[in-house]
Amino acid sequence: MTSRIAEWKRISAGGLVSNPGSSERVQTGAWRTRRPVIDFSQCTHCMICWVMCPDTSMQVYKDRLTGVDLAHCKGCGICASECPKHCIQMVPEDRRV
Amino acid sequence: MTLKLQALTERPETLASGHGLCPGCSESVVVRMVLMALANPAVVSLATGCLEVSSTRFPDTAWKVPVIHSAFENAASTASGIEAAYKALVRKGRMAERPLTFVVFAGDGATYDIGLQWLSGALERRHRFVYVCLNNEGYMNTGIQRSGATLKGTWTTTTPAGAATAGKVDWNKDVTAIVAAHGIPYVAQAAVHHWKDLMTKVRKAEAAAGPSFINVFAPCNRGWRHEPEDTMNVSRLAVESGAWPLYEVIDGAWHMTGSGRKTRPVADYMRAQGRFKHLMTEANAGLLAEIQARIDSEWVRLQKRCASGV
Ligand code: SF4
Ligand code: SF4
Repeated sequence: MTSRIAEWKRISAGGLVSNPGSSERVQTGAWRTRRPVIDFSQCTHCMICWVMCPDTSMQVYKDRLTGVDLAHCKGCGICASECPKHCIQMVPEDRRV
Repeated sequence: MTLKLQALTERPETLASGHGLCPGCSESVVVRMVLMALANPAVVSLATGCLEVSSTRFPDTAWKVPVIHSAFENAASTASGIEAAYKALVRKGRMAERPLTFVVFAGDGATYDIGLQWLSGALERRHRFVYVCLNNEGYMNTGIQRSGATLKGTWTTTTPAGAATAGKVDWNKDVTAIVAAHGIPYVAQAAVHHWKDLMTKVRKAEAAAGPSFINVFAPCNRGWRHEPEDTMNVSRLAVESGAWPLYEVIDGAWHMTGSGRKTRPVADYMRAQGRFKHLMTEANAGLLAEIQARIDSEWVRLQKRCASGV
């Protein structure tokens, strides 16, 4: 009981949370049942998939799409539906692979 | 600043991954589009809703911009307070003047129903903020209940489709027009799939000399009963069928945006979602026709407003 009160007292005034973007430690990739696989030979780096991803999971380096953040991608498939080159495929997860 | 996606990838990320929104949710997509379109750093006021509870799971936050967690009704009031406090601090010399944009994110429940009076007051007082309504036509966070934004005939858990009723009995209200009637400098309707149209509107809203409001169509695959990968398709069908027209009201003058055309029957949009399944039956053909007729007449009314410019 006393330890719970001590925990409560450690909450900052006003419930201030001062660690922007700390949700990244939550690995929502565990929700996924299928993963996006990008065929980079077809990709034009248009960034449609990047702007349409609800989970900020398309990785970009210097104007180029480089891959998917599989620790956070929830496997929704929006990137595959919206890619104008149809070069993203949703592949069922198989952890034995 | 041009709207090139490649260039926008260079900007600092505003909303981190690891939030708890459902797979395929459109809300985080809208938030990122809005914040990446802004020229100035943002200060955000959030209303209670899916976005708030999913992005601020204590002790974490997905936000990389300052955010204030409001209650269901008072996000516009919070933004009013932030704006007034900023002005007072600058006036008293306690803070340097700097370019800042105050943004509200609120759902349709918070905007159409619970916070409408508070929004109206803030608009009357002319606080300068960009109010973004994430419109998924229902109270999805609490279990898919109907809201003032829910279309007539829609299945929700409080407007079931069965022998007694065929989904929601009442028409939805036109809150975009209600907001426009406050005479604020910028009001618009946008949709999540049309990123360029949405971001262009955000820039106009930010530049407006007073409060601005953007009602963004934001599909909810859980509540609307469609596959998560169809989020953008459903948004596209809503616009193409005229169920969600894209337009803006600049200083009182109405303008269509995007193609400005209605190219499909509303049934095309409805067929893509389980929440309208009952409307596709013979028994409800009359109701479907009534909804189509209403969308047609609203479309004509909007065209007239745009043609006359007021
Ligand atoms: S949408 Fe398709 S073509 Fe465009 S960057 Fe993504 S994978 Fe490449
Ligand atoms: S499947 Fe969904 S979450 Fe994963 S990268 Fe594609 S759009 Fe993002």
